[in-house]
This record gives sequence, structure tokens and C-alpha cells, in this order.
Amino acid sequence: MNDLTHLTIADALDGLAARKFSARELTDAHIQKMGAAKGLNAYITETPDLARAKADASDKRRASGGAIGALDGIPLGIKDLFCTEGVLTTAGSHILDGFKPTYESTVTSKLFDAGAVMLGKLNLDEFAMGSSNKTSYYGNVINPWKRKGDNTDLVPGGSSGGSSAAVAARIAMGATGTDTGGSIRQPAALTGTVGIKPTYGRCSRWGIVAFASSLDQAGPIARSVEDCAIMLGVMAGHDPKDSTSVEMAVPDFRKGLTGDIRGLRVGIPREYRVDGMSQEISDLWAKGAEWLKAQGAIIKEISLPHTKYALPTYYIIAPAEASSNLARYDGVRFGLRVPGNSLDEMYELTRAAGFGKEVKRRILIGTYVLSAGYYDAYYLQAQKIRALILKDFTNAFQDVDVILTPSTPSAAFGFHENEDDPVQMYLQDVFTVTVNLAGLPGISVPAGLDSKGLPLGLQMIGRAFDEETLLRSAQALERAANFTALPAGV
Amino acid sequence: MTDTLINDKNLIDGRTGKWEVVLGLEVHAQVTSKSKLFSGAATDFGAEPNTQVSLVDAGFPGMLPVINEVCVEQAVKTGLGLKAQINLVSVFDRKNYFYADLPNGYQISQFLQPIVGKGTIVLDLAEGEHREVGITRLHLEQDAGKSLHDQHPSKTYVDLNRAGVALMEIVSEPDMRSSEEAAAYLKKLRSILRYLGTCDGNMDEGSMRCDVNVSVRKVGDPLGTRCEIKNVNSIRYVAAAIEHEARRQIEVIEEGGSIRQETRLWDPGKGMTRAMRSKEQAHDYRYFPDPDLLPLKLDAAWVESLKAGLPELPDAKRARFVKDLGLSDYDAGVLVSEKESADFYELAAKGHDPKLTANWLTSELFGRLNAVGKSITESPVSAKALGELVGLIEDNTISGRIAKDVFTEMFETGKSAAAIVDEKGLRQVLDTGAIDVEIDKIMAANADKVAEYRGGKDKLFGFFVGQVMRAMGGKANPAMLNDRLKAKLAG
Repeated sequence: MNDLTHLTIADALDGLAARKFSARELTDAHIQKMGAAKGLNAYITETPDLARAKADASDKRRASGGAIGALDGIPLGIKDLFCTEGVLTTAGSHILDGFKPTYESTVTSKLFDAGAVMLGKLNLDEFAMGSSNKTSYYGNVINPWKRKGDNTDLVPGGSSGGSSAAVAARIAMGATGTDTGGSIRQPAALTGTVGIKPTYGRCSRWGIVAFASSLDQAGPIARSVEDCAIMLGVMAGHDPKDSTSVEMAVPDFRKGLTGDIRGLRVGIPREYRVDGMSQEISDLWAKGAEWLKAQGAIIKEISLPHTKYALPTYYIIAPAEASSNLARYDGVRFGLRVPGNSLDEMYELTRAAGFGKEVKRRILIGTYVLSAGYYDAYYLQAQKIRALILKDFTNAFQDVDVILTPSTPSAAFGFHENEDDPVQMYLQDVFTVTVNLAGLPGISVPAGLDSKGLPLGLQMIGRAFDEETLLRSAQALERAANFTALPAGV
Repeated sequence: MTDTLINDKNLIDGRTGKWEVVLGLEVHAQVTSKSKLFSGAATDFGAEPNTQVSLVDAGFPGMLPVINEVCVEQAVKTGLGLKAQINLVSVFDRKNYFYADLPNGYQISQFLQPIVGKGTIVLDLAEGEHREVGITRLHLEQDAGKSLHDQHPSKTYVDLNRAGVALMEIVSEPDMRSSEEAAAYLKKLRSILRYLGTCDGNMDEGSMRCDVNVSVRKVGDPLGTRCEIKNVNSIRYVAAAIEHEARRQIEVIEEGGSIRQETRLWDPGKGMTRAMRSKEQAHDYRYFPDPDLLPLKLDAAWVESLKAGLPELPDAKRARFVKDLGLSDYDAGVLVSEKESADFYELAAKGHDPKLTANWLTSELFGRLNAVGKSITESPVSAKALGELVGLIEDNTISGRIAKDVFTEMFETGKSAAAIVDEKGLRQVLDTGAIDVEIDKIMAANADKVAEYRGGKDKLFGFFVGQVMRAMGGKANPAMLNDRLKAKLAG
């Protein structure tokens, strides 16, 4: 009974259907574990009462033979970037103090309509800006994984670090994340979980606190490719309230997991072999290719020539959009207000107190690159390179069906590593940002442990709106990797 | 190009010679639509503060704009009405600045790629003169909310009802050369917008607002430095602000100074413009394409269908009134200047003499309405009723003179012409026998005057007409009376 928290979503759904346990028992098991795992600081807000009520309602539906949703009774964590009706929504920032939305984001609405149970709101880097979860106003999240024989606290990745830590620590069966430059895939890789960022436009952004609108996408983090397929199937779909969401039918992603990748053409991009890549990562990448080949895939070397410009391009476009998106946090209508003697002073005091260092840095960068006299040299130039990066992928996908790369340049690191130089931290996104810039789907799958016993992930990239092929390929990788390791104490 | 615009009567005399004033106008016209440009909130004027605000308008986290197709249609119609190029692809940009009544910290506008490009508008000037002014562009943008500074000694209140309402910014070329031309431009633009039903044009409710770019130069010189005057919210103030600003600039230059490019505010109380604080205008708006919105793409066939469905606009209507109905260009111009007058006229003239109807409308009804301060839509005499009155004149039921009395009563009581004529027995006497009887009586009573007339004092004819008319209560048919009287006096 006590290890319901170790089930995958797929198994839990079967168990619920077979009445092996109730949704209430499943939820209670998680709530109990959340109490023990408080030290991870994965949740900003826990909503156990709400969760129990929802679980009871799910049990009632099953008992009465009512319609059962695709996630009925499954306890999930929600990244605190999703607005949830009546529940504190912080975006990991002081500036949203006390903000309880009167509305529910489209993605969480879909999850709850499918019967999912919310356990609480998960910690994250402030406004999703970060790769370590250190920028959260609510304190950093701690990765449940530790290096062998070393008790140093490690980062869970970011920005969806609460999500990845919670899923890895079995205090949520799955979690929502958002990914602007790698914020689902990088934390998934650092915690031994699976995370998929779908194609831009696949999930509605309505009700998600915006970071960089042209890059942000919601997606799930879970413990298997199949669980991600189940969650994504619920989260995806056209939303007339988001002009950038695409009017396209959502395939049955779970059904698409046939296990057959014979003839699948897998591209290995030459340019991802970056300077200073560790032998471990390099070996794992080669092993991943071998695993796929062994299952009938064809491995091809490809070129994505503009890759080296992706990171600087991302760090112009994302801050530019963020500087504008975050202008609404001004102390006038919601959240924190620090009074001043004039309107300008109130703005200054409120924003100075409300935003953390990294957010301020990005607002400054973004404001700068959009300024008169700099716009052409930075923002416009970045948009041109962004188009070239997309063209690289379009060309590559003439010859291959999916692309295989490492997810991150390193395993989880300590809190004081990568601290002095923000650029070092930005390098965490080197393999993931290209996918956001091109609007493509990308997934990280746990593929092995490094020499210190920490999980490493491999990333697969798919064609736009071909999550089916991507998930099928990722499952083949997952099967071969057979990643079963658990963080100590979980 | 500009040389053809020089007209001596527009030049301003300075100490050092004659100056030409160069004017361009930016008009913000509120799109007539039930809901806002990017949200479903209502747009009614005068609602209680903050009762027409959606979460999108208030800039709540995670809220996204969705374009209102009605507003797009209205902008395209307006572009077509201005004979302008319709851009099948246009882009919404964010204009970033902080203000309490701008909830998102940016206004969604169109900067580099507006929905409408170059067009023209024909000004109707005094003495039947017409002149073309270029339209540079028209773009769609959101209005801001309203800051209320006078509700509390130390606080400012914010009303977001207007935040997000759709505006069309319509920019003219610097083609105007006098305050009269600027006023004519605004009148014509407003008229076109009202014909199209795309903006109600009510300047006093703020649904049409105007900024004026003013510069001066010596005839033949290149363009001078311009100042933008904001907050000029009536046609009268536009004219006054231009007059004042042009003279101010001439004075500055003639005293050896130079004009700084700046934004100035019109102060209607003092009747002058003043420079805004430099802080108020030192904005770097950091425009960039709004990533929440895709480029706006229009279907060429859809634009064509809108074009085919456009109503007849004032210029075309005036030309038709002149050509088909035989009206003078002046009368036609007066009638078409407001859509309501033109509609009134066309309804009234249906089945009646177009010129006679036009005369009754322009000289009688407009005069009366003016005197009581009412607009044509508030007229106590309906178009149909006026037409009936004209009909009674046409079929000789009443004379034109009697008709004026009938009209007065119609205006005061709202009764129909026929009812008044019947009630008061004003039907014209067409019976020559009856007229003869009255003539005989008058001639008998004024035998001395008859003798004088017959002795050559022709002028007395009018006296006899007047006497007979009075005796007949004005109801004799004037032509018949003339004929019979002439015959009888001739003996």
C-alpha cells in the first residue's frame, strides 16, 4: 500500500480502474510524502484539502459509473507559473505577493477537467528565468539526487525545478512545466525524469504568466515517456483565447507509442559537439545512437550550421520580450505595492523590491536591446538569425525524422557552482534553446548516470507538430536505457 | 508639389515678410464596435468607472489579446472610404511606456506595417473650391484608460473603461496651409467616417481627437521645424490653436530664435499653446512586434466584397445631386456634408421636385433648426412631412406663401401639412369666378386707385394684388390672381 507514489501515471490509472486503490488513497500517499519531503522546498503552496476533495470527487465518479477523465484521480503538481483560480500564484516572485487569480489557465483547466488532482503549486525560478531554481523568491529547490558519497545539495535544474524535483522525489506523479529555453528538458535531465516541450502553438499560453511570449510553451514532466504522452494529450489543443495556439487536431499520443522505430532516420548534429564537452556526455550520446540503431533506426550525421549563434540570439529575444511582458507588474492593480511620493517613485520602489537580481538583469538587457539606436543591431539581427536557425532545422528534417543530442552539458551542479558568471549559467541551455527558437518539440529522456551517480539525459528533437514520432522515438530510447535508478532516500 | 498649394490669401504677414504655415493632422478616431480591439469588454460611453474592463484590458498575468474582427473590418472600410491602399499583411507592435492608466505597460499599435497605406481626401472649401489632401496612413491601436486627478487631494484614480478600445490613427500628409483647410479636413474626415459608420465622430465625447503638426516657412523655403500640438478637441480649437501657434513660431524666428521640435499642449482656457515638460515627451517607446499576435492577414476577395458594399460617400453623392438632380454645387455640398442631412433630403425629395425640396430644406428647415439649436435628426418636421408639404405646393393645393405659414405650424406642432391645410381651410382658390368676385369688390371700393392705375400708375398693381389676397386670406392662386386682375384693370 505504502508505495503508491512509485507508480507511473499509466499504472496508477490501471490500478484506479481495477479498484486496487482509491484516488483518495493515492492522493493521501502523496500528501504524506510531501510532508516528509518539505526540505526539498519543491512546493510554494500546498493544497492538501483541495486535493483530497478532488480525489474524493474522482472516487465518486468512478463509483457512480460517471464519465471518467483521462487523468481521473491522478495527483499532479502545478508549476507556479500557471494561474490557478483562488489559489495563490506567485511565478516565484515577491512582486506577485498575495495574487490569487479569479481565473484558471487553459492548460490547468484541461487537466482538472480530465480529473487530475492538484497537490499544490511548484517552485520555480522567478518568472521562469533561470537554470538552477536559485532565483525563486521562495528559496531554492533541492534536487533529491546527491553525488555518491557527497552530501552537497545540488540544483534540480530550472526553471521548472520544483516540478522536476517533485516528480523525482515521488511527491507528484507528474507535473506541469513551461519551457522557454530549456526549462522543462534541463530540469528533467538533472533529476532523471522525462520532460517534453511540445511544438510552439500546441498548448495554450492563456493563463500562464508570460516570460518570453514567442518562446514559452507548457509541457509535462513525468517519470516515463508514456506518462508524458498521457499528460500532453490532455494539455494540448487549440484555444481561441491564445492567437498563437494552432488550430490542429491533437493525435492520441499514447496510441502512437507503437515501439516500432524501424527505418526511423535519426540525425546527429555535428555542431552540438561543443568545446569542453565531457567524455561522459559524449559517450552517452554515442550510446544513445547505438541503442536506436539496434532497434532498426538509421543514424545520420547532419549539420545545423547556425547553432553557435543560438545562445546569444536567445539571450536577446527572450529578455526583450520579458522586459515588455513584465512591465505590467507596477504595483497599480495587483501584487506588491511599495508606496511612493509620486507615480514614478511607486513604480521604482515596487519594482526594486519586487523583482530579484536575475529578473532585473534580464529586464535591463531587454530594455537595452529594444532601445532606439540598438534595436537594429540586436533585436532585429537576432530575429534574422532565429530565421536561419529554423531554416537549419527545416533543411535537416528533409533527411531525418528526429534529431538526437545531449540534454545538458553537465549533470546537476551545486548551488554555489556557476554562480559568479551568469554566462556560465546560461550555457546550461546550449542544447535546448535552439528548439525554442525554431518552435519545435523536444524531449529529454533519462539515459544513464555519470561517474558520480547523477542522472544524465538525452534530448530528441522532432518536426513541428510531429510529437507522435518524437514520443515514439523517445520511448525506444527509454526502453534501451532502462533507467531505474532512484535518488537516495526516495 | 507644395508650390501648387500656395494661395496668397493664406499667407501670414510677419515683420520680415510673408509666411506660409504648413499643417499635418493626426486624428484618433474611435472605431464604432460593440467590444474592444483585443477583448470582449463593452465600449459604451459614459458607463460607471471600471465596469467595462476585462482581465485582458486590466493586464492581468497570463492574459492574451485576441483581435476583434469587427474592428479590422471597420478599419478596412475606412481605408477604402479614403481611397487608400489596403495592406493585406499588417503587424501589431508594442509601444512600451509606463503610466498608471496603461495596464500592460505597453500599448498595442501598428508601427512599421499599418493596415492602411496612402489615400486621399477632398476638402470642400469656401466658394465651392475643392482640394485634395494626402492621407499618409491609417493604423489600428488600443486606447489607454483615464487617470482622474481631481477625485482626491493626493491620489489619482484610474478608470479602465476606455483601456483597450479600438482607435484608428489617421495621419495626413503636411498638405494643408491654413486653419480653414485644417477645419475643412476634419469636417470632411468626420463626414466620411459617419457615412461609413466606422466612427461616430463625436469630438466632445472624445471619440474623435486631434493632434496638429504646425510649422512655418518663408514662401519657397524648405519645410520648417514642426511642433506637435496635442489635446485639441474641437474643430474650433484646432483653428484657434493653429492661428496661435503659427504666429508664435513666426515671432520666435523673426526675433532671431529657432523652433525646437517639441510637443505642445493647447490650453483652451488661455487660448494658447505651451511646451510639455521635456520629461513628458522624452519617451523611447521600444517598439517591437507583439509576440502574442500573429501578423494580420486579409483576404483580397474579402476586401473586395467590403469595397462593393460601401455606401455612397459625400463626394459621389454631391456629384450625383448636381448631375442627376440639377442642384447647385453649393446646395449639394450643404446637403451632403452630414450624412443625416443627405438622408433626410433624399427621403424628402422622393417623388418631388428635387430643387424645390432642396430649397425648402436648406433655406427653411435648416434655418429654423439653427435658431432653436437642434440637429436634423431632432427635427420636429420629418423628411416625409417636408416632402408632403412640397407636394402640396407642386399640385397647387397651396401657394408657396401659404406654405411658409403651414411650415411654421408644422415646425411648432409637428402636425402634417395636409392636416393644417384642412383644419385652417388654406386650400388655394383656383376658381376664377371666386377670384373675380373679390377683384370686383376691391375695384369697386377703390375706384380712385383704379382710375390712377388706368391713368398710367402701373405700380398700383401690387396694391390690388395685396388687397385681393388679404380679402381671400392669402388663398388665391397667385398666377390666376395676376391674370384676372390684369384683365379686369385693363377694363
